[in-house]
Amino acid sequence: MVEPVTPAPAPAPAPAPIILDPVEMRKARQARNERIGAWVLPIIVVVLSILAWDRFVVVNDIPHYIIPRPGRVLQALVESWDILMASLGATLILTFSALSIAIVGGVGLAILFAQSKWIEMSFYPYAVILQVTPIIAVAPLIFIWVDSTFVGLLICAWIVAFFPILSNTTLGLQSADHNLVDMMKLYGATRWQTLRFLRLPSALPYFLGGLKIAGGLSLIGAIVAEFVAGTGGAGSGLAFRILEASYRLNIPRMFAAILLISFTGILIFMFMTFLSWLFLHKWHESAIKRES
Amino acid sequence: MSDQTLLSLTQVGKTFSNGTVALQGMSMDIAQGSFVSLLGPSGCGKSTALKIIAGLGNMTTGTLNWPNAKVDRMGRPDHEISFVFQEPTLMLWATVFDNVWLPLRLKGIKKKAALTAVNEALEMVGLAAFSGSYPRELSGGMKMRVSIARALVTRPKLLLMDEPFAALDEITRSKLNDDLLTLWQQLNWTVIFVTHSVFESAYLSNRIVVMASRPGRVVADINVDAPYPRRGDDFRNSAEYNAYCSQTSLALHAAMQAGDHL
Ligand SMILES: Nc1ncnc2c1ncn2[C@@H]1O[C@H](COP(=O)(O)OP(=O)(O)OP(=O)(O)O)[C@@H](O)[C@H]1O
Ligand SMILES: [Mg+2]
Repeated sequence: MVEPVTPAPAPAPAPAPIILDPVEMRKARQARNERIGAWVLPIIVVVLSILAWDRFVVVNDIPHYIIPRPGRVLQALVESWDILMASLGATLILTFSALSIAIVGGVGLAILFAQSKWIEMSFYPYAVILQVTPIIAVAPLIFIWVDSTFVGLLICAWIVAFFPILSNTTLGLQSADHNLVDMMKLYGATRWQTLRFLRLPSALPYFLGGLKIAGGLSLIGAIVAEFVAGTGGAGSGLAFRILEASYRLNIPRMFAAILLISFTGILIFMFMTFLSWLFLHKWHESAIKRES
Repeated sequence: MSDQTLLSLTQVGKTFSNGTVALQGMSMDIAQGSFVSLLGPSGCGKSTALKIIAGLGNMTTGTLNWPNAKVDRMGRPDHEISFVFQEPTLMLWATVFDNVWLPLRLKGIKKKAALTAVNEALEMVGLAAFSGSYPRELSGGMKMRVSIARALVTRPKLLLMDEPFAALDEITRSKLNDDLLTLWQQLNWTVIFVTHSVFESAYLSNRIVVMASRPGRVVADINVDAPYPRRGDDFRNSAEYNAYCSQTSLALHAAMQAGDHL
């Protein structure tokens, strides 16, 4: 390309390997520290909090059926490993089934909305109503209406998870560059081609943003639904174990189950973040490292 | 209307639904192989006219004819038209190659079959080495080149450009101007080039159509008879070029006065 105009030779410094001014050097150092800190700091904080928790319980002489010591929670985790893992499995199956249906349904509905303003205007209110009605309020009804507990659970978790995917993807499909839309028209692209080559890729960052939220929400939805079903005496998921443990005042096991849920949530979040990076890091602003 | 006429606008008018009269009684014939600049104050309907020619917007009154081409039911000619926008308008998620391939892909041409045409187009704009890059890795001028490569990959008979270089720096701009002229001479295009710049229009085109606003219409039609090739500073420093510039400048000022009831 065109060479930039070179200024008149100033009194040049002696040629040397890259010489950085203090500001740049500080920046480089800071960047390196931040990279390390991003991993080390959370670990330190977690370790310190666990220590503080342990000291707090010991110093205040709190009985284990109110707050167990960390070691005791770990022990409960190991002792109830088989039961908890089975429950975790059940919760995970529920979570991912709900998320999958939310993805298919949300994206499918968004594509349908993109085809016609009329369809969108007619059905969007229902999506909003589903979203704003607290699931805990309608869940009992759902369990009365459907026979299978699993289907009931699935419906509840799905209702919670699907809205962010629907609304984000709908927005994304509409956010395609107008000039590119014109260009598609100029070259005689079919509706399907415009969707495939332009609208879907434009919607991808929005969809992934929605997915990140929906991943966490589907777990929350699954747990809430299990709670409602569990109070009715049915269930096998982690929420059911928590209920069960609370009836038996087995607080360490309750802690262990909660720990597993949080851990699962974190893993889901990290996986979604990775997915975003995977699909966007080559081209999208959100995933590109800043130079300055 | 001679047998050299590519397209002809007759008494074209465009009124938007909000009542804005963007064009009124606009008539012009565009000759095959010419390089026409559309020049006029902001809001005089240059983009609107270009979109109508491209078939991207319809007109309220008047006709658009393609005297020497077969037209389909929609009144669109059977030859290729390309459009270059003010912004590069690239698909950010696709490589340079895929961006240029798009117009062919939409016609159902597979990657293998499109390979030669795409690479040729990239070569013409000097970007053969960047076919695997993503748009964000390119400078503004390079992105514009990709946009031009995409426009020429279908071998269009007519190229419509809406202030394509307005966002670029002076040096890149004059380089791209020269490249565009070279391509135009090689490929036997007809170019309609919208610009705000008197100098750019006088440098590039063999005809300058000056428009006035409210309502948009043609107020002056200047033939620039200087021969091509017009490479570089020789032409820019010539008395001929300067005469055309001042003539165009005068016409533009008159146009701005004529349309001065904003
Ligand atoms: N979609 C639209 N709806 C209503 N009015 C419009 C629309 N598009 C353009 N206009 C109006 O039509 C007139 C001509 O617009 P146009 O974009 O063609 O101008 P232009 O000559 O390309 O201007 P510029 O040089 O600033 O790009 C303007 O007054 C504008 O406000
Ligand atoms: Mg314009």
